[in-house]
Amino acid sequence: MTLSASYSRPRPTRGFEAWSWIFMRVSGLVLLFLALGHMVLMHLIHNVDEINYAFVANRYAGWLWRFYDLSLLVLALIHGINGARVLIDDYVHKPAAHRATLAALYLVSGTLLLLGAYVALFFKPVPV
Amino acid sequence: MSVYRGGVGQWSWLLHRVTGVGVLVFLLLHIVDTALVILGPEHYDAIIQLYRHPAFRVMEVGLFASLLFHAINGVRIILMDFWVDLMRFHRQFFYAQMAILAVLMVPVTWLMLKPVFFK
Repeated sequence: MTLSASYSRPRPTRGFEAWSWIFMRVSGLVLLFLALGHMVLMHLIHNVDEINYAFVANRYAGWLWRFYDLSLLVLALIHGINGARVLIDDYVHKPAAHRATLAALYLVSGTLLLLGAYVALFFKPVPV
Repeated sequence: MSVYRGGVGQWSWLLHRVTGVGVLVFLLLHIVDTALVILGPEHYDAIIQLYRHPAFRVMEVGLFASLLFHAINGVRIILMDFWVDLMRFHRQFFYAQMAILAVLMVPVTWLMLKPVFFK
C-alpha cells in the first residue's frame, strides 16, 4: 500500500470517478487564475460601489469578458457541483434521501448553469 | 458528538469542504443576481444596492478568504498527489499555507473594507 492510499481516499483508477478526479485538478488549476482573477478585478480593483447596470453593459460590449465569464461560470459550477456530489455521497446515506438530494442539486445547478450561460452569451443591454 | 483527532490534516480537509460549499452557495446566488440584468437596470441596480450594505461587504471578505484558502489548499493537494513524498511535510505545508493566506488577506481586507468604513 502506498503512502497516498493509506493516508487518504485512494485515487480512483478507472471509470467516471477517475475522470472526476482528473477534472477536479485540471479545472482547479484553471480556476486558480480565472476565479482569483475575477475576484481581484471585480472585488479589489473595482468594487460593488462602481458596479451597476451601465458597468455590466459596458463590460459586455465586446466578446472578451463574455467569454471569460462563460468559461469561469462553466468550470466553477461543474467543479462545485461535482464537489457537492462527493459530499452528498459521503453524508447522505439513505437511498431515497440520496437520490432526492442529488436530483435537487442537479436540477437547481443545471437550471442556473443555463441561465448564467444565457446571460453571458445573449444579454443585450438597453441604453441607460 | 465524537471528534476525530486527525490533526492539521483533518482541519485542512474540513476547511476545504466548508469553503467549497460556501463558494458554491455564493456562486449560485451570484448567477441569479447577475441574471437580473435581463430584466433591466432598475432590477439589477436594486440587488447591487443590497450588496453595498456593510454586512455584505464583510461577508465578501469571507468569500475572498474562502476562495483563497480553497485555491492554496487545492494546490497543496495537487502537489502531494504527484509527489507523494511531500506528504511527510504535510504539517509544515499546512502552517505555511495558513501563513500565506493570512499575509495575503491583510491587503485584501484593507482594500475591500476601506471604501466601506473609511470613506
